[in-house]
Amino acid sequence: MASGKDFNATDYIQHHLSFFRAPLGEGEFWTLHVDTVVTSVLLGMLGLGLVWWVVRGATSGVPNRRQAFVELLIEFIDGQVKGLFQHGDRHKFIAPTALTVFVWVTLMNAMDWLPVDVVSGALGLVGLHEWRPVPTADVNATFALSISVLLLSIYFAIASKGLGGWIHELFCSPFGKHPLLWPANFLFNMVEYVSKTLSHSLRLFGNIYAGEILFFLLWLWAATGLVGTFFGFLLGLGWAIFHILIVLLQAYIFMMLTVVYIAMAHEHH
Amino acid sequence: MSFNLTLIAQMLAFAAFILFTVKVVWPHMLRAIEARQKTIADGLAAAEQGHKSLESAKHRAEEAIDQARGRSAEILGQAEKRAAQMVEEAKHAAQQESEREKAAAKAEIEQEAARAREQLRDQVAALAVAGAEKILRREVDAKAHADLLESIKRQL
Repeated sequence: MASGKDFNATDYIQHHLSFFRAPLGEGEFWTLHVDTVVTSVLLGMLGLGLVWWVVRGATSGVPNRRQAFVELLIEFIDGQVKGLFQHGDRHKFIAPTALTVFVWVTLMNAMDWLPVDVVSGALGLVGLHEWRPVPTADVNATFALSISVLLLSIYFAIASKGLGGWIHELFCSPFGKHPLLWPANFLFNMVEYVSKTLSHSLRLFGNIYAGEILFFLLWLWAATGLVGTFFGFLLGLGWAIFHILIVLLQAYIFMMLTVVYIAMAHEHH
Repeated sequence: MSFNLTLIAQMLAFAAFILFTVKVVWPHMLRAIEARQKTIADGLAAAEQGHKSLESAKHRAEEAIDQARGRSAEILGQAEKRAAQMVEEAKHAAQQESEREKAAAKAEIEQEAARAREQLRDQVAALAVAGAEKILRREVDAKAHADLLESIKRQL
Protein backbone atom coordinates (compact mmCIF):
# COMPACT_ATOMS: atom_id res chain seq x y z
CA MET A 1 0.00 0.00 0.00
CA ALA A 2 0.98 3.57 -0.59
CA SER A 3 0.79 4.60 3.04
CA GLY A 4 3.54 4.32 5.63
CA LYS A 5 7.10 5.62 5.77
CA ASP A 6 8.69 2.22 5.26
CA PHE A 7 7.10 1.87 1.79
CA ASN A 8 9.38 0.55 -0.88
CA ALA A 9 8.78 -0.88 -4.33
CA THR A 10 10.40 -4.25 -3.79
CA ASP A 11 8.33 -4.92 -0.71
CA TYR A 12 5.20 -3.81 -2.48
CA ILE A 13 5.67 -6.17 -5.40
CA GLN A 14 6.95 -8.93 -3.16
CA HIS A 15 3.86 -8.56 -1.04
CA HIS A 16 1.51 -8.85 -3.97
CA LEU A 17 3.37 -11.83 -5.36
CA SER A 18 3.28 -13.87 -2.17
CA PHE A 19 0.97 -16.81 -2.06
CA PHE A 20 -1.10 -17.87 0.90
CA ARG A 21 0.87 -21.01 1.60
CA ALA A 22 -0.38 -23.89 3.65
CA PRO A 23 2.30 -26.48 4.35
CA LEU A 24 0.77 -29.93 4.41
CA GLY A 25 3.90 -31.98 4.83
CA GLU A 26 7.66 -32.09 4.54
CA GLY A 27 9.33 -30.42 1.59
CA GLU A 28 8.58 -27.74 -0.93
CA PHE A 29 6.13 -29.87 -2.89
CA TRP A 30 3.74 -30.48 -0.03
CA THR A 31 2.49 -26.96 0.27
CA LEU A 32 -0.81 -25.72 -1.04
CA HIS A 33 -1.49 -22.26 -2.47
CA VAL A 34 -4.77 -21.76 -0.67
CA ASP A 35 -5.45 -18.48 -2.50
CA THR A 36 -5.11 -20.06 -5.94
CA VAL A 37 -7.21 -23.09 -5.10
CA VAL A 38 -9.96 -21.25 -3.23
CA THR A 39 -10.23 -18.41 -5.75
CA SER A 40 -10.25 -20.69 -8.75
CA VAL A 41 -12.72 -23.15 -7.28
CA LEU A 42 -15.03 -20.32 -6.22
CA LEU A 43 -14.80 -18.77 -9.68
CA GLY A 44 -15.43 -22.09 -11.37
CA MET A 45 -18.42 -22.71 -9.17
CA LEU A 46 -19.67 -19.20 -9.79
CA GLY A 47 -19.25 -19.33 -13.58
CA LEU A 48 -20.46 -22.86 -14.21
CA GLY A 49 -23.08 -22.49 -11.48
CA LEU A 50 -24.47 -19.44 -13.26
CA VAL A 51 -24.51 -21.29 -16.55
CA TRP A 52 -26.17 -24.24 -14.87
CA TRP A 53 -28.73 -22.02 -13.16
CA VAL A 54 -29.68 -20.43 -16.47
CA VAL A 55 -29.64 -23.71 -18.32
CA ARG A 56 -31.77 -25.46 -15.71
CA GLY A 57 -34.62 -23.07 -16.35
CA ALA A 58 -33.95 -23.06 -20.09
CA THR A 59 -37.00 -23.05 -22.25
CA SER A 60 -37.17 -24.28 -25.80
CA GLY A 61 -39.50 -21.39 -26.52
CA VAL A 62 -38.48 -17.77 -26.76
CA PRO A 63 -35.43 -17.36 -24.49
CA ASN A 64 -35.09 -14.43 -22.13
CA ARG A 65 -31.96 -12.28 -22.20
CA ARG A 66 -30.12 -14.40 -19.66
CA GLN A 67 -30.75 -17.58 -21.55
CA ALA A 68 -30.00 -15.93 -24.86
CA PHE A 69 -26.62 -14.87 -23.54
CA VAL A 70 -25.77 -18.34 -22.30
CA GLU A 71 -27.00 -19.85 -25.55
CA LEU A 72 -24.86 -17.41 -27.47
CA LEU A 73 -21.85 -18.49 -25.43
CA ILE A 74 -22.62 -22.17 -25.84
CA GLU A 75 -23.34 -21.89 -29.54
CA PHE A 76 -20.17 -19.88 -30.08
CA ILE A 77 -18.11 -22.59 -28.39
CA ASP A 78 -20.02 -25.37 -30.09
CA GLY A 79 -19.38 -23.71 -33.43
CA GLN A 80 -15.66 -23.50 -32.74
CA VAL A 81 -15.53 -27.13 -31.65
CA LYS A 82 -17.58 -28.24 -34.65
CA GLY A 83 -14.98 -26.79 -36.98
CA LEU A 84 -12.07 -28.56 -35.29
CA PHE A 85 -13.41 -31.89 -34.14
CA GLN A 86 -14.85 -34.38 -36.62
CA HIS A 87 -13.96 -37.59 -34.89
CA GLY A 88 -17.21 -38.46 -33.19
CA ASP A 89 -19.93 -36.95 -31.09
CA ARG A 90 -18.56 -33.66 -29.84
CA HIS A 91 -21.44 -33.26 -27.39
CA LYS A 92 -20.24 -36.26 -25.41
CA PHE A 93 -17.06 -34.72 -24.08
CA ILE A 94 -15.06 -32.22 -26.05
CA ALA A 95 -17.60 -29.42 -26.43
CA PRO A 96 -18.59 -29.30 -22.74
CA THR A 97 -14.89 -29.44 -21.86
CA ALA A 98 -14.24 -26.46 -24.10
CA LEU A 99 -17.07 -24.61 -22.36
CA THR A 100 -15.59 -25.42 -18.96
CA VAL A 101 -12.16 -24.22 -20.01
CA PHE A 102 -13.44 -21.03 -21.57
CA VAL A 103 -15.69 -20.01 -18.69
CA TRP A 104 -13.21 -20.93 -16.01
CA VAL A 105 -10.13 -19.40 -17.61
CA THR A 106 -12.00 -16.22 -18.53
CA LEU A 107 -13.12 -15.73 -14.94
CA MET A 108 -9.69 -16.53 -13.54
CA ASN A 109 -8.06 -14.09 -15.96
CA ALA A 110 -10.73 -11.51 -15.19
CA MET A 111 -9.53 -11.34 -11.58
CA ASP A 112 -6.70 -9.24 -12.99
CA TRP A 113 -9.15 -6.36 -13.34
CA LEU A 114 -9.83 -6.14 -9.65
CA PRO A 115 -7.75 -3.36 -8.12
CA VAL A 116 -5.07 -5.33 -6.27
CA ASP A 117 -4.68 -2.97 -3.36
CA VAL A 118 -8.38 -2.77 -2.66
CA VAL A 119 -8.59 -6.57 -2.72
CA SER A 120 -5.57 -7.09 -0.51
CA GLY A 121 -6.71 -4.30 1.78
CA ALA A 122 -10.12 -5.88 2.19
CA LEU A 123 -8.66 -9.33 2.70
CA GLY A 124 -6.14 -7.84 5.18
CA LEU A 125 -9.06 -6.67 7.28
CA VAL A 126 -10.19 -10.27 7.74
CA GLY A 127 -6.63 -11.41 8.53
CA LEU A 128 -5.58 -12.67 5.10
CA HIS A 129 -2.44 -10.66 4.46
CA GLU A 130 -1.08 -12.73 1.66
CA TRP A 131 -3.56 -13.52 -1.02
CA ARG A 132 -3.03 -13.54 -4.79
CA PRO A 133 -6.40 -13.09 -6.42
CA VAL A 134 -5.43 -14.14 -9.98
CA PRO A 135 -5.22 -17.94 -10.19
CA THR A 136 -3.91 -17.99 -13.77
CA ALA A 137 -0.90 -15.95 -12.65
CA ASP A 138 0.11 -19.05 -10.70
CA VAL A 139 1.98 -21.63 -12.78
CA ASN A 140 0.40 -24.38 -10.75
CA ALA A 141 -3.03 -23.42 -12.05
CA THR A 142 -2.03 -23.13 -15.70
CA PHE A 143 0.05 -26.28 -15.62
CA ALA A 144 -2.78 -28.13 -13.92
CA LEU A 145 -4.92 -27.26 -16.93
CA SER A 146 -2.33 -28.06 -19.56
CA ILE A 147 -1.23 -31.32 -17.89
CA SER A 148 -4.88 -32.36 -17.63
CA VAL A 149 -5.23 -31.66 -21.34
CA LEU A 150 -2.08 -33.70 -21.98
CA LEU A 151 -3.51 -36.60 -20.01
CA LEU A 152 -6.80 -36.28 -21.85
CA SER A 153 -5.08 -36.27 -25.22
CA ILE A 154 -3.10 -39.37 -24.27
CA TYR A 155 -6.29 -41.01 -23.03
CA PHE A 156 -8.15 -40.23 -26.24
CA ALA A 157 -5.19 -41.28 -28.36
CA ILE A 158 -5.23 -44.68 -26.65
CA ALA A 159 -9.02 -44.88 -26.70
CA SER A 160 -9.23 -44.24 -30.43
CA LYS A 161 -6.20 -46.19 -31.62
CA GLY A 162 -5.71 -48.74 -28.88
CA LEU A 163 -2.65 -48.92 -26.66
CA GLY A 164 -0.71 -50.78 -29.38
CA GLY A 165 -1.71 -48.26 -31.99
CA TRP A 166 -0.61 -45.39 -29.82
CA ILE A 167 2.76 -46.92 -29.03
CA HIS A 168 3.17 -47.78 -32.71
CA GLU A 169 2.59 -44.16 -33.57
CA LEU A 170 5.03 -42.99 -30.90
CA PHE A 171 7.79 -44.98 -32.58
CA CYS A 172 6.78 -45.01 -36.24
CA SER A 173 5.61 -41.50 -36.98
CA PRO A 174 6.37 -38.97 -38.26
CA PHE A 175 9.61 -40.17 -39.93
CA GLY A 176 8.88 -43.78 -40.84
CA LYS A 177 8.64 -47.39 -39.75
CA HIS A 178 12.31 -48.32 -40.04
CA PRO A 179 13.70 -49.57 -36.68
CA LEU A 180 16.66 -47.21 -37.00
CA LEU A 181 14.24 -44.34 -36.97
CA TRP A 182 12.45 -45.43 -33.82
CA PRO A 183 14.52 -43.35 -31.39
CA ALA A 184 14.18 -40.28 -33.57
CA ASN A 185 10.42 -40.74 -33.82
CA PHE A 186 10.07 -41.33 -30.12
CA LEU A 187 12.20 -38.31 -29.27
CA PHE A 188 10.22 -36.17 -31.68
CA ASN A 189 6.92 -37.24 -30.16
CA MET A 190 8.16 -36.65 -26.63
CA VAL A 191 9.38 -33.18 -27.55
CA GLU A 192 6.02 -32.52 -29.16
CA TYR A 193 4.09 -33.57 -26.08
CA VAL A 194 6.32 -31.60 -23.73
CA SER A 195 6.41 -28.47 -25.86
CA LYS A 196 2.66 -28.53 -26.40
CA THR A 197 2.06 -28.72 -22.69
CA LEU A 198 4.68 -26.11 -21.84
CA SER A 199 3.56 -23.60 -24.43
CA HIS A 200 -0.09 -24.22 -23.63
CA SER A 201 0.29 -23.32 -19.98
CA LEU A 202 3.12 -20.79 -20.18
CA ARG A 203 1.36 -18.70 -22.81
CA LEU A 204 -1.56 -18.18 -20.49
CA PHE A 205 0.59 -17.76 -17.40
CA GLY A 206 2.95 -15.32 -19.09
CA ASN A 207 0.22 -13.07 -20.42
CA ILE A 208 -1.70 -12.86 -17.19
CA TYR A 209 1.37 -12.60 -14.99
CA ALA A 210 2.75 -9.81 -17.18
CA GLY A 211 -0.57 -8.03 -16.99
CA GLU A 212 -0.52 -8.30 -13.24
CA ILE A 213 3.03 -6.95 -12.99
CA LEU A 214 2.17 -4.04 -15.23
CA PHE A 215 -0.68 -3.12 -12.94
CA PHE A 216 1.69 -3.30 -9.94
CA LEU A 217 4.09 -0.92 -11.67
CA LEU A 218 1.31 1.51 -12.54
CA TRP A 219 0.03 1.47 -8.95
CA LEU A 220 3.58 2.00 -7.77
CA TRP A 221 3.77 5.08 -9.92
CA ALA A 222 0.43 6.17 -8.56
CA ALA A 223 1.97 6.14 -5.08
CA THR A 224 4.70 8.65 -5.98
CA GLY A 225 2.63 11.82 -5.97
CA LEU A 226 -0.22 13.69 -7.58
CA VAL A 227 1.18 13.53 -11.12
CA GLY A 228 1.97 9.85 -10.69
CA THR A 229 -1.53 9.22 -9.35
CA PHE A 230 -3.07 10.95 -12.34
CA PHE A 231 -0.98 9.10 -14.91
CA GLY A 232 -1.21 5.89 -12.96
CA PHE A 233 -4.97 6.21 -13.10
CA LEU A 234 -4.99 7.09 -16.78
CA LEU A 235 -2.61 4.35 -17.87
CA GLY A 236 -4.19 1.89 -15.48
CA LEU A 237 -7.54 2.59 -17.12
CA GLY A 238 -5.97 2.14 -20.55
CA TRP A 239 -4.28 -1.08 -19.54
CA ALA A 240 -7.48 -2.41 -17.95
CA ILE A 241 -9.39 -1.71 -21.16
CA PHE A 242 -6.68 -3.36 -23.24
CA HIS A 243 -6.76 -6.20 -20.77
CA ILE A 244 -10.34 -7.03 -21.83
CA LEU A 245 -8.77 -8.22 -25.05
CA ILE A 246 -6.03 -10.18 -23.31
CA VAL A 247 -8.37 -11.83 -20.82
CA LEU A 248 -10.80 -13.00 -23.46
CA LEU A 249 -8.20 -13.74 -26.11
CA GLN A 250 -6.07 -15.86 -23.79
CA ALA A 251 -9.12 -17.77 -22.58
CA TYR A 252 -10.15 -18.28 -26.20
CA ILE A 253 -6.68 -19.42 -27.25
CA PHE A 254 -6.46 -21.76 -24.31
CA MET A 255 -9.83 -23.27 -25.16
CA MET A 256 -9.00 -23.62 -28.85
CA LEU A 257 -5.67 -25.31 -28.11
CA THR A 258 -7.41 -27.67 -25.70
CA VAL A 259 -9.83 -28.65 -28.44
CA VAL A 260 -7.08 -28.91 -31.05
CA TYR A 261 -4.88 -31.13 -28.87
CA ILE A 262 -7.74 -33.45 -27.97
CA ALA A 263 -8.90 -33.55 -31.60
CA MET A 264 -5.35 -34.30 -32.79
CA ALA A 265 -5.20 -37.21 -30.38
CA HIS A 266 -8.07 -38.82 -32.30
CA GLU A 267 -6.24 -38.65 -35.61
CA HIS A 268 -4.58 -41.69 -37.07
CA HIS A 269 -1.25 -41.39 -38.80
CA MET B 1 7.74 -20.28 -9.64
CA SER B 2 7.47 -23.57 -7.88
CA PHE B 3 5.33 -26.61 -8.42
CA ASN B 4 3.54 -28.00 -5.45
CA LEU B 5 0.37 -29.64 -4.28
CA THR B 6 -1.65 -26.79 -5.80
CA LEU B 7 -1.08 -28.42 -9.17
CA ILE B 8 -2.80 -31.62 -8.05
CA ALA B 9 -5.61 -29.72 -6.38
CA GLN B 10 -6.20 -27.66 -9.50
CA MET B 11 -6.23 -30.75 -11.67
CA LEU B 12 -8.83 -32.34 -9.44
CA ALA B 13 -10.92 -29.16 -9.53
CA PHE B 14 -10.60 -29.08 -13.32
CA ALA B 15 -11.70 -32.70 -13.58
CA ALA B 16 -14.67 -32.02 -11.33
CA PHE B 17 -15.71 -28.99 -13.36
CA ILE B 18 -15.39 -30.89 -16.63
CA LEU B 19 -17.48 -33.71 -15.21
CA PHE B 20 -20.12 -31.26 -14.04
CA THR B 21 -20.33 -29.58 -17.43
CA VAL B 22 -20.31 -32.83 -19.36
CA LYS B 23 -22.93 -34.54 -17.23
CA VAL B 24 -25.17 -31.70 -16.10
CA VAL B 25 -24.84 -28.41 -17.93
CA TRP B 26 -24.33 -29.44 -21.53
CA PRO B 27 -27.09 -32.05 -21.89
CA HIS B 28 -29.60 -29.61 -20.39
CA MET B 29 -28.71 -26.87 -22.81
CA LEU B 30 -28.50 -29.20 -25.74
CA ARG B 31 -31.98 -30.53 -25.00
CA ALA B 32 -33.45 -27.03 -24.89
CA ILE B 33 -31.67 -25.97 -28.07
CA GLU B 34 -32.60 -29.13 -29.93
CA ALA B 35 -36.22 -28.85 -28.81
CA ARG B 36 -36.28 -25.28 -30.09
CA GLN B 37 -34.71 -26.28 -33.37
CA LYS B 38 -37.37 -28.95 -33.76
CA THR B 39 -40.10 -26.43 -32.95
CA ILE B 40 -38.66 -24.04 -35.50
CA ALA B 41 -38.42 -26.77 -38.10
CA ASP B 42 -42.01 -27.81 -37.39
CA GLY B 43 -43.13 -24.21 -37.58
CA LEU B 44 -41.38 -23.79 -40.91
CA ALA B 45 -42.95 -26.98 -42.19
CA ALA B 46 -46.38 -25.79 -41.03
CA ALA B 47 -45.80 -22.44 -42.71
CA GLU B 48 -44.82 -24.25 -45.88
CA GLN B 49 -47.97 -26.35 -45.61
CA GLY B 50 -50.06 -23.22 -45.06
CA HIS B 51 -48.41 -21.60 -48.02
CA LYS B 52 -49.21 -24.60 -50.17
CA SER B 53 -52.84 -24.76 -49.06
CA LEU B 54 -53.17 -21.04 -49.61
CA GLU B 55 -51.82 -21.58 -53.10
CA SER B 56 -54.29 -24.34 -53.83
CA ALA B 57 -57.16 -22.34 -52.34
CA LYS B 58 -56.21 -19.42 -54.57
CA HIS B 59 -56.13 -21.77 -57.51
CA ARG B 60 -59.56 -23.12 -56.64
CA ALA B 61 -60.94 -19.65 -56.15
CA GLU B 62 -59.64 -18.65 -59.54
CA GLU B 63 -61.25 -21.67 -61.08
CA ALA B 64 -64.56 -20.88 -59.40
CA ILE B 65 -64.38 -17.28 -60.58
CA ASP B 66 -63.59 -18.43 -64.11
CA GLN B 67 -66.51 -20.80 -64.03
CA ALA B 68 -68.85 -18.13 -62.71
CA ARG B 69 -67.65 -15.71 -65.34
CA GLY B 70 -68.25 -18.27 -68.07
CA ARG B 71 -71.67 -19.03 -66.72
CA SER B 72 -72.63 -15.39 -66.48
CA ALA B 73 -71.50 -14.85 -70.05
CA GLU B 74 -73.60 -17.77 -71.10
CA ILE B 75 -76.62 -16.44 -69.23
CA LEU B 76 -76.10 -13.02 -70.72
CA GLY B 77 -75.90 -14.52 -74.20
CA GLN B 78 -79.05 -16.48 -73.63
CA ALA B 79 -80.85 -13.44 -72.31
CA GLU B 80 -79.79 -11.40 -75.30
CA LYS B 81 -80.92 -14.09 -77.64
CA ARG B 82 -84.19 -14.36 -75.82
CA ALA B 83 -84.68 -10.60 -75.94
CA ALA B 84 -83.98 -10.52 -79.66
CA GLN B 85 -86.36 -13.36 -80.13
CA MET B 86 -89.04 -11.57 -78.12
CA VAL B 87 -88.55 -8.40 -80.11
CA GLU B 88 -88.79 -10.44 -83.28
CA GLU B 89 -91.92 -12.14 -82.06
CA ALA B 90 -93.48 -8.86 -81.01
CA LYS B 91 -92.64 -7.34 -84.35
CA HIS B 92 -94.10 -10.30 -86.09
CA ALA B 93 -97.26 -10.18 -83.97
CA ALA B 94 -97.60 -6.48 -84.54
CA GLN B 95 -97.22 -6.94 -88.26
CA GLN B 96 -99.81 -9.65 -88.28
CA GLU B 97 -102.12 -7.53 -86.21
CA SER B 98 -101.66 -4.57 -88.45
CA GLU B 99 -102.29 -6.69 -91.52
CA ARG B 100 -105.37 -8.15 -89.93
CA GLU B 101 -106.60 -4.70 -89.05
CA LYS B 102 -105.76 -3.44 -92.48
CA ALA B 103 -107.69 -6.31 -93.99
CA ALA B 104 -110.63 -5.70 -91.70
CA ALA B 105 -110.61 -2.02 -92.56
CA LYS B 106 -110.43 -2.80 -96.23
CA ALA B 107 -113.35 -5.22 -95.90
CA GLU B 108 -115.35 -2.64 -94.05
CA ILE B 109 -114.53 -0.03 -96.67
CA GLU B 110 -115.56 -2.39 -99.38
CA GLN B 111 -118.69 -3.23 -97.54
CA GLU B 112 -119.37 0.44 -97.04
CA ALA B 113 -118.66 1.11 -100.70
CA ALA B 114 -120.89 -1.77 -101.73
CA ARG B 115 -123.64 -0.45 -99.54
CA ALA B 116 -123.20 3.02 -100.92
CA ARG B 117 -123.23 1.66 -104.43
CA GLU B 118 -126.35 -0.27 -103.59
CA GLN B 119 -128.01 2.78 -102.24
CA LEU B 120 -126.82 4.76 -105.20
CA ARG B 121 -128.13 2.09 -107.50
CA ASP B 122 -131.45 2.09 -105.71
CA GLN B 123 -131.64 5.80 -105.87
CA VAL B 124 -130.59 5.90 -109.53
CA ALA B 125 -133.10 3.16 -110.25
CA ALA B 126 -135.73 5.08 -108.41
CA LEU B 127 -134.63 8.22 -110.18
CA ALA B 128 -134.69 6.40 -113.49
CA VAL B 129 -138.05 4.95 -112.72
CA ALA B 130 -139.25 8.32 -111.63
CA GLY B 131 -137.78 9.79 -114.79
CA ALA B 132 -139.28 7.09 -116.91
CA GLU B 133 -142.52 7.46 -115.08
CA LYS B 134 -142.49 11.07 -115.77
CA ILE B 135 -141.76 10.39 -119.46
CA LEU B 136 -144.02 7.56 -119.93
CA ARG B 137 -146.63 8.59 -117.48
CA ARG B 138 -149.30 6.18 -117.65
CA GLU B 139 -147.88 3.97 -120.36
CA VAL B 140 -145.68 2.21 -118.11
CA ASP B 141 -147.03 -0.21 -115.72
CA ALA B 142 -144.52 -0.50 -112.97
CA LYS B 143 -145.77 -3.87 -112.10
CA ALA B 144 -145.74 -5.18 -115.68
CA HIS B 145 -142.22 -4.00 -116.23
CA ALA B 146 -140.79 -4.96 -112.89
CA ASP B 147 -138.58 -7.55 -114.49
CA LEU B 148 -137.19 -5.07 -116.97
CA LEU B 149 -136.58 -2.50 -114.23
CA GLU B 150 -134.84 -5.04 -112.17
CA SER B 151 -132.46 -5.94 -114.99
CA ILE B 152 -131.73 -2.23 -115.58
CA LYS B 153 -131.01 -1.87 -111.83
CA ARG B 154 -128.56 -4.70 -112.15
CA GLN B 155 -126.68 -3.13 -114.90
CA LEU B 156 -126.24 0.08 -113.01
